[in-house]
Amino acid sequence: MSPAAGGSEGPGTGTPAVRATFSALLEDSVEDLYDSAPCGYLSTLMDGTIAKINATLLGWLGLTRDEVVGRMRFSDLLTVGGKLYHETHFAPLLRMQGHLGGIALEMKTASGPRLPVLVTSTVKESDDGEPLLIRTSVFDATDRRAYENQLLTARRAADEARRQAEADREQLREALAVLQRSLLPAALPDIPGVEIACHYHTASALQVGGDFYDLFALDDDRAVFFLGDVCGKGPQAAALTSLTRHTLRAAALHDSDPVADLRMLNTVLLDRYTGDDPRYCTAVVGVLERVGDGWEVRMASGGHPPALVLRADGRAEYLPTRGGMLVGAVPEAHFVPVRTTLRPGDTLLLYTDGLTEARTGPDRDLYGYEALESFVTGLAPSGPGRVVDALTDLLRGFGDGLDDDTALLAIGVPARTDAGPGTTP
Amino acid sequence: MSIHRRNNIRVTGRPAGRTVVLVHGFGCDQNMWRLVEPALAQDFRVVLFDYVGAGRSDLSAWQEERYSSLDGYARDVVEVCEELDLRDAVVVGHSVSAMTCVLALRAAPDRIGSLVMVCPSPCYIDEDGYRGGFSAEDIDELLESLESNYLGWSAAMAPVIMGNPDRPELGEELTNSFCATDPDIARVFARTTFLSDSRKDLAHVTVPTLILECEQDVIAPPEVGAYVHAAIPGSELVTLPATGHCPQLSAPQATAAAIRSFASALGR
Repeated sequence: MSPAAGGSEGPGTGTPAVRATFSALLEDSVEDLYDSAPCGYLSTLMDGTIAKINATLLGWLGLTRDEVVGRMRFSDLLTVGGKLYHETHFAPLLRMQGHLGGIALEMKTASGPRLPVLVTSTVKESDDGEPLLIRTSVFDATDRRAYENQLLTARRAADEARRQAEADREQLREALAVLQRSLLPAALPDIPGVEIACHYHTASALQVGGDFYDLFALDDDRAVFFLGDVCGKGPQAAALTSLTRHTLRAAALHDSDPVADLRMLNTVLLDRYTGDDPRYCTAVVGVLERVGDGWEVRMASGGHPPALVLRADGRAEYLPTRGGMLVGAVPEAHFVPVRTTLRPGDTLLLYTDGLTEARTGPDRDLYGYEALESFVTGLAPSGPGRVVDALTDLLRGFGDGLDDDTALLAIGVPARTDAGPGTTP
Repeated sequence: MSIHRRNNIRVTGRPAGRTVVLVHGFGCDQNMWRLVEPALAQDFRVVLFDYVGAGRSDLSAWQEERYSSLDGYARDVVEVCEELDLRDAVVVGHSVSAMTCVLALRAAPDRIGSLVMVCPSPCYIDEDGYRGGFSAEDIDELLESLESNYLGWSAAMAPVIMGNPDRPELGEELTNSFCATDPDIARVFARTTFLSDSRKDLAHVTVPTLILECEQDVIAPPEVGAYVHAAIPGSELVTLPATGHCPQLSAPQATAAAIRSFASALGR
């Protein structure tokens, strides 16, 4: 930089010496300004033939004026990819808009390497609007293109990582669905004289739920069922669910006293989960025994919400089991037995607290036991199929107010064929 | 969504006139026809539309699988013809769409009565004595050029460009708003276009066909025009006094005149 230009005084107010320096600079011919500009300039006819080009661009390309002017078209300066881009995008847009800026292209140089450039073009029009020629400026974009390529590479890597993550997620979802199914009975058994219906709502496709249920026949006249909710979610909860379910199955085969079955589970859980990782669950275990045309039910609850019975005469009632303790929390836990008889047309409903603890209404109140009782009373008398269908609709209606897993198991005795509504599930 | 909205169909011109459908090619949208449309509209009923993925079409209808083959684009042409219940239309396809329209003609022969192929090329890549003008590496280079030019596209502006025809001031902020295209969609279209080989489909064209080529065209050189002309029996080849690949922009009067005289000479 010249001392004059770096001086503290502007050109209009400088000393005569400084003014002289400036005027020498400003006498720079327009020709020279064009030819030696720090960017490339060229003018082309509308068909692309190059009519004028500056020395800067010729220098970059390693070409002489004679080789170019009147002999080459603008697109001849471009790489093949650039030519295609020019024909399909650049030229049409320029015709439509009269101006086009900041287009990234590559030019061929005589010595071989390609020159990344940024190109801006303007169409010069005659007074009556006819396009006459195209003026184009060309900037060396080598550094910038290198930077863009890094960005592009990074973006591609990020896109790839995202695709991979989505694929992994999908795989996880599938694996979890398989695991979830393995924690529930594949199909409920067909027991003559009993109707069964169930529903399982999973709160998240990426979490294995902690609710479980099962039902199986001991012999022609006896069956065992259970339903419960283990603490926590995810893989640990799944392992606990698996242990709980298989323990209860084995216990029930060994001893058909539900309280004894829960005690066995309590012992197993305390034994398995010791120290600072206690794991527990709530559960209802029950034994069905055929008596005449009905079934006697002996149940025991460990800290689980009370079961409901819908009677054939239209009543519905809770079977209170208050005082039952969590299973697996303390040794010598207390479990509460309860008995009832299911007559034809009666239905027993077991559920987990996802149902009663769903949030409803504008104030996000708990759905609660009272609401459930009146809802179920409205259904009675009903077979298990209708009860579970109605509750499934209710759950769906909770929308995002239902944020926990929910299991439903309904067991009923078919109504007598001469009975009124509620004959069929 | 109706095909009308999906493909941003626009109908202008003389309602009682013969219907001329203008089909844009790779790189832009129906704006490509803006300079020939007024001349054609004097005599004909002119139908314009954007392929799904281009211009102001419904981007949500775009599916990579469908638009990875020219048949997908041909289905757009057929569905537009069906939407307007066209019969014996003159269908004008530019560039790759000349071939798309050949495929559409096969799929819906009742709808399309004649073809105008503007700068057609049935195959861009050189192969066993056929001169398409490009090598496979050249096409890779084009795809790279596309990557480095998003032409005013940004994900944030996309909905503005595509979905707000009632607020044009938003679109005008973009330098190159005419042909703004989602880069992913453009890449698929480019690949489909330049890797296509529809040479064998030409033999099925039996309707009156006009081929328009330019004197100088990097993308569809004269050999290719001659090839198409020879492959379609009875076709007419007109070389326009124009350079480049878009005579409808660089020589709109000559292009419109050629289409007009061809379409006017067709029997009713």
